[in-house]
Amino acid sequence: MRLFSKDRPEIPIVNHTKEDGSAWTIKEKLLLGLSVTEYKKQFFRNPVNWFMIMIFAIGVPLILGRYAFGLGWVTHASNDYPWGLFLGFGLFGMVPLSASGFMLGTTVELFGRKDFHSIERLALLNGLLGYFFAVLFLEIDLGMPWRLPYPMFVSLGPAAVLFLVAWHVATYLSVQVAEVLPALFEWMGWLKGKRIIRKYVLGLTVAGIILSTLHQGALGALFTYAPAKVHPLWLSTNFQWLHFFVSSIFGGLSMVIIASTLIKNFMGWRCDEEFKANLDYVTVGMAKGASLAMITYLVIKLVAVAHDQEWTYLLTGWGSYYMLELGVAVVLPMFMFAFGVRNNWVTLIRFGAFIAAIGIIWNRLNTSLVCYNWQMYQEIPHWKEVWITVTIYALYFLTYRFIVYRLPIVYEWKGER
Amino acid sequence: MKKLNRRSFIKGGLATTAAAAVLKETKSEASGDFDNYPEGMGVIVDLTRCVGCRSCEAACNKEQGLPEPAVPFDDFSVFDIIHHGEKRRTDETAYTIVNRYDPPEIDHPLFRKIQCNHCNEPACLTSCFVNAYTKTPEGAVIYNASVCVGCRTCMIACPFYIPTFKYSSAFTPRIMKCIFCYDTRLKNGKPPACVEACPQEALTFGKRRDVLKIGKQRIRETPGKYVDHIYGEHEVGGTAWMYLSSVPFDKVGFDTHVPKEPIINSVKEFLAMVPMVLTIWPGLFVGFHLLATRKDKIQELEKEKELRKLKENDEKEEQV
Repeated sequence: MRLFSKDRPEIPIVNHTKEDGSAWTIKEKLLLGLSVTEYKKQFFRNPVNWFMIMIFAIGVPLILGRYAFGLGWVTHASNDYPWGLFLGFGLFGMVPLSASGFMLGTTVELFGRKDFHSIERLALLNGLLGYFFAVLFLEIDLGMPWRLPYPMFVSLGPAAVLFLVAWHVATYLSVQVAEVLPALFEWMGWLKGKRIIRKYVLGLTVAGIILSTLHQGALGALFTYAPAKVHPLWLSTNFQWLHFFVSSIFGGLSMVIIASTLIKNFMGWRCDEEFKANLDYVTVGMAKGASLAMITYLVIKLVAVAHDQEWTYLLTGWGSYYMLELGVAVVLPMFMFAFGVRNNWVTLIRFGAFIAAIGIIWNRLNTSLVCYNWQMYQEIPHWKEVWITVTIYALYFLTYRFIVYRLPIVYEWKGER
Repeated sequence: MKKLNRRSFIKGGLATTAAAAVLKETKSEASGDFDNYPEGMGVIVDLTRCVGCRSCEAACNKEQGLPEPAVPFDDFSVFDIIHHGEKRRTDETAYTIVNRYDPPEIDHPLFRKIQCNHCNEPACLTSCFVNAYTKTPEGAVIYNASVCVGCRTCMIACPFYIPTFKYSSAFTPRIMKCIFCYDTRLKNGKPPACVEACPQEALTFGKRRDVLKIGKQRIRETPGKYVDHIYGEHEVGGTAWMYLSSVPFDKVGFDTHVPKEPIINSVKEFLAMVPMVLTIWPGLFVGFHLLATRKDKIQELEKEKELRKLKENDEKEEQV
């Protein structure tokens, strides 16, 4: 962003007041301190935005079409594969990558590791947005999206795993909103709100751990309803919830490493010195945690194969695919993390995080689509389904960027705090 | 006060034991040993009798008011339809389907009717988070469209691939599945339309326990005609619709790998863990917090102590 140059020292905004002592209005803050024409100019100069416009130009009509003509218009309307990309990627993939909020909330607030403070807000925001957009994906996929509150208030089926997912995602979403609000309050200059939330931070963090353990696990447990449909290597009725929970730990951490890397490289103007100076240190720390979670995950995966006596499956084609998944998506990034931590090689860690995050999505797609109905034909998603998925993800990207541009996420607010 | 002798002691003791035994029985029946509506109805399908006339499909279509099929019910070319390598299945226009199989063991084809098997412990019901499904005492698994959210977890959970979704509708989508003609017939003690329409008596309707007996009797009385297994007696905890076949069931399209116990049993591992996390985690993690921050606390306390000492010293000096 070249507009933020030497001749405009008051931007990017980090304070309530301008150079001359007058206060920024909310509108000016929203426009990043630029005039409308300047804002437009910088928006259209960015090639990423043109790419986004292209995605939306086709994606938005497709989404409208989905609501006007039904799911059958955008998907293959498969009765054999009731869940497609919207849930396979949007819910099962986005949620583990958003475990970052509770991971770093726990590290900083609960374990008192103040040295990770500079990344905490980014991790919380990453969690909040990931969950919010997972719900948005759900709203695309549900047959009757207007009935979203039914499991809460209208007709309750508390013995179902999905009931737990619904309640926990809803409560956890509110917990995450509360955890991210202080950043908004600082930016708006409403300090009372921030102080109120500060009081409950430990409670919110513990609630976050409980809710995350359960619903990350519950997403896995959803597949234990289909013991005869998912390939045995991808389904262990005893350990499925542990597989999903433990993999969400390194998934969430990897996602924060990716987000912070992108922000550091493409939004350097927005980061403050503390964030930049600390980033390599916290990245190494997170990689350490992630590699420990990965070895735990591999052990539980092995235990599951041993427990269910599935050794012979490993010799089949599906077994090779399983080994490929574990090798590329877990073992490789685990060694990249370990090597990076030992030699303080942060670039290697960042590449590792990228592989690990893709690996999580790959695993979830394998469980929900590729290895689901493994004795049947393979479902290939409709192109409209793919495009809508990309569109919602693009919206996620834009919202993410919009917030990081403005709120004190990767910089410290200089006004009253 | 009545004197307690040996006789009355034994008498009382026996009575108490008996009462305890009776009470215990009623109690355990109320909790874990629910007997899946013993009076529930069922159907036994005899594959050796079915000739593939599709009368049941036509009767179901009429009874349930389903749309007219693209291919009429007397057109038998539908048996050759292969979609994605699979034979025909239920969808939003058909609650029951008959498929033809040509097992090499025998010189004639066999026909298999599929519809909802109306499980004793239905996976669709146990997986539904809005309670849209009900297992009625008559044995039917029925569905309430007015609370359904359209998440389609029931379709994931059903081991027989029965529930289908009305993907074609944007505003009134719903699950479409066989309901044992509950509203129009079963409720009034009548057999479902498909059973009534069958000209071959391939479908026998009655109380589940009775038709099960009939099935076992046929196996016993005509040795060699049937394989010695009734599909649905134990599959996924037992189903109201059961099948007799002359060839192994996997040769006529049945999934013989479905678990022998109800689907919900494989989910219980997780469900049992939930209350544990809910109760143990809060104390555990607050404990971790106290442990992790103890050094800060100790430092704080020591600082306070030092301050107090300094103060005391100052006061002493002043006094001196």
